[in-house]
Amino acid sequence: MTLHAISLTVNGTERQARVMPRLLLADLLREDFGLTGTHLGCEHGACGACTVLIDGEPARSCLLFAVQADGCRVETVEGLAGSGPDSALHPLQEAFRARHALQCGFCTPGMLMTLAAYLRENPSPAEADIRVALSGNLCRCTGYQNIVLAALDAAAALRGAGASR
Amino acid sequence: MKFVGDRHLRKEDPRLLTGRGRYVGDIALPGMLHAALLRSPHAHARIRVVDGARAREHPGVVDVVSFADLGGAGRPLPIVPPHPELRGRNFCALAGDRTRFVGEAVAVVVADSRYAAEDARELIDVDYEPLPSAQTLAAGAAAVHQELPDNLAGRVTLSSGDVEAALAASPRVARLQLRIGRGGGQPMETRGLVADWNAALGQLTVWASSQVPHQIRQFIGELLDLTPHQVRVIAPDVGGGFGAKLIVYPEDVLIPFLARRLARPVRWLEDRLEHMLAATQEREQEHEVTIGFDDGGRLLAFRDRFVHDTGAYTPRGLVVPLLTASMLTGPYRIPAVESSFESRYTHRVPVTPYRGAGQPQAVFVIERVLDLVARETGRDPAAVRLANLVCPEDMPWDVGLSNYRGSGNVVLDSGDLPSVLRRALESAGYEALRAEAAAARARGRLVGVGVACYVELTGVGPFESARVRVDAAGRIAVFTGATTQGQGIETTFAQVAADELGVTPADVSVIAGDTAGIEHGVGSFASRAAVVGGTAVALAAGDVRTKALMLAAQALGVAETEIQQTGLTFADGRRPEKRVSFAELARQAGAATAALGVDPGLESTRFFQPTDIAYSSGAHVALVEVDPLSARVRILGYWISHDSGRLINPMVVEGQIQGGVALGIGSALLEEIVYDEAGQPLAGSYMDYLLPTADDVPAMVIEHLETLSPLNPLGIKGVGESGALPVPAVLASAIDDALGPDGGRVTRMPLGPARLLDLLPPPG
Repeated sequence: MTLHAISLTVNGTERQARVMPRLLLADLLREDFGLTGTHLGCEHGACGACTVLIDGEPARSCLLFAVQADGCRVETVEGLAGSGPDSALHPLQEAFRARHALQCGFCTPGMLMTLAAYLRENPSPAEADIRVALSGNLCRCTGYQNIVLAALDAAAALRGAGASR
Repeated sequence: MKFVGDRHLRKEDPRLLTGRGRYVGDIALPGMLHAALLRSPHAHARIRVVDGARAREHPGVVDVVSFADLGGAGRPLPIVPPHPELRGRNFCALAGDRTRFVGEAVAVVVADSRYAAEDARELIDVDYEPLPSAQTLAAGAAAVHQELPDNLAGRVTLSSGDVEAALAASPRVARLQLRIGRGGGQPMETRGLVADWNAALGQLTVWASSQVPHQIRQFIGELLDLTPHQVRVIAPDVGGGFGAKLIVYPEDVLIPFLARRLARPVRWLEDRLEHMLAATQEREQEHEVTIGFDDGGRLLAFRDRFVHDTGAYTPRGLVVPLLTASMLTGPYRIPAVESSFESRYTHRVPVTPYRGAGQPQAVFVIERVLDLVARETGRDPAAVRLANLVCPEDMPWDVGLSNYRGSGNVVLDSGDLPSVLRRALESAGYEALRAEAAAARARGRLVGVGVACYVELTGVGPFESARVRVDAAGRIAVFTGATTQGQGIETTFAQVAADELGVTPADVSVIAGDTAGIEHGVGSFASRAAVVGGTAVALAAGDVRTKALMLAAQALGVAETEIQQTGLTFADGRRPEKRVSFAELARQAGAATAALGVDPGLESTRFFQPTDIAYSSGAHVALVEVDPLSARVRILGYWISHDSGRLINPMVVEGQIQGGVALGIGSALLEEIVYDEAGQPLAGSYMDYLLPTADDVPAMVIEHLETLSPLNPLGIKGVGESGALPVPAVLASAIDDALGPDGGRVTRMPLGPARLLDLLPPPG
């Protein structure tokens, strides 16, 4: 099978790979790059656990081929808090912890990435807006209430951080 | 106590939030192979030939295995627990000469990538002879197991009092037919395994996304002829369970078999379609209820006969229908009760417990009964419930029916059931809510109020284990046979241990789900981990502190009563500069033990074996509106009152309840596994099996009561499943109310829009 050389930026780092045309982006990230924070829950684009940001937009990495990300800027949950194991959590991560917005943690990376992109575009959402924004991400543990509250908290924290700059 | 009762933030969260969790699918070993399973496309077929020749030729393929290759590993998996009435049959690692449900594993291909394995799977040639299948619980269906032509897996009758006489003497008698459909736990992480055979050590290491790693070790040992010492099973971070990871599955034996056969690590990750086809499911039952009651709405007699669909095999025996049958009276006092069931085989996915385990059906049945009594007597549904609840002064209350374990009767150990209901009614503003709904209905809207009560069986035995160990560096580790699939026991068990040891939760690491950490364990299901495992942790931690005090007294040359502990340090109370650390005590305990008069090691292993089952209780109130055009149900308000004894961590408890309610909303309004007449499941993805989304689940108001259980020293009762139990019942109650004064229309769950549309009054 012909391999394709691709080049992409993942969490700010330039990465190269030679991939099968059908290799899924999720598999490239997880298996080739070892970024296992991106999870596969359904592999048919319904659950949202595999959500990553491609050039800033949320996308389902289980529905994209790695070759489609050639030349793109990809952000995963591993990049959310900044680099280094001891760097501070992102306000969304802080809020998720404070609000008990995760239990098993499997859907959490997709929730975080979806909300990270959403709050950039919508810094002052109402609760109902967040529920709609999250309706493409399934969580079986929490009943969503604490996720919604965490998103509201994080939005406020991000607004505060923006204002203080 | 310093930490039990705290809303302590979770110790597991930082790694899970930053993508540093380690789930089975994240484990990659050098030289690892990938397995793909070929599953039966037929509900019932004879398997004539499985031919892997073409698949073997595919690039990257290492092996193709069918039943004939399994040898002793092809024996049926054990069934737990036994029951004298059970005619049990279980599946094998791969199907033999016959397949009994769509999705049963028939062959497996192992290759150097998952892509190659799935390609080659298409090249396995199987010669099937399709046969008629059993897709009904009625008599006359095709036999699922040839030697059981009536498809009967078991028939049980439980009774208390003379129900015939009580019915004959009742001023009023009514009948009810109720049905509940199939659903599944659907954790967001599917099942999966990595197995690694170390030939030099003769040892197998298995990572399994499971609720019961110790049981997997036992089954592997039996089927692969290995001693417990040769098998280590680890449940790493597990992405939800809800019962779907409760049983030991064929793959749990098959993947380790392949790793040993090939002397290479093998990984298998179930995909979502496989999960829909082969992970166990639950709930399908058909009930026929007859009740006797008086004009005051008091229940005098209750008889329920139901048929239970157990699917093609009985890995968990009769547990689900026994739970339904034994819990049918719920929190109510009924003088004469009889509940009987027939559990029948069908050519469908096997049925084993998922969150609630037979109890949501029982709650649905009894709560429909209470609504019926309210309607017939013209009384308020909440008032009828209050008239029938067991009173606190009657606790412990012997229901008179044998419990599902057969270890005695269902005996409600504790609780204040009327207060629990009243708290929910007050929280909801019940009277005003009824008036609001009536006013909305008067304006033509379909708005209704529902109420439902429940008790939940929790904290079941036989035991759970904990080992608390202080190592020579002073690190405190808690090993336990209880497991976590998101319930937060790394935090809650650390809270329990910290209080007993006089340290903080940050000083304690909890290692759950590793058979190398502790020899015996049971696992997490039946809302048992905190109750049974948490108590074992408290006992073991208490031992360690006692031993540490004794060693500190010897080290410092003072009486134990003189020792003052500050966190990890023990000092002479009168001369605080004389002190010794946990680490030093652990080093002493590891060396000159005979002279100190103690066993080696600053550690203790304890088992808690509860004498009986602890029952949680609660009440839910819901306000709903039905859209007459789309038949969508919108939940406008949801109030919960709950009593699970002492709360180790209220934040975690509330999370469990909220998640349970969300799952209950799915099983009431959205989720159903439907089979066609040939046994093909009609839902194979999340596009046709709908899980609740953030837009479907309302905000909930939660009130706690804390009536301590007398059955364990901390007074804990379980909570994991509680939230899910009454949701179909309370939504049925509310939808009925919304549909108007006749009521009683809702006799079936789930109630998706298509089914609800049939119940709506004609437009205009």
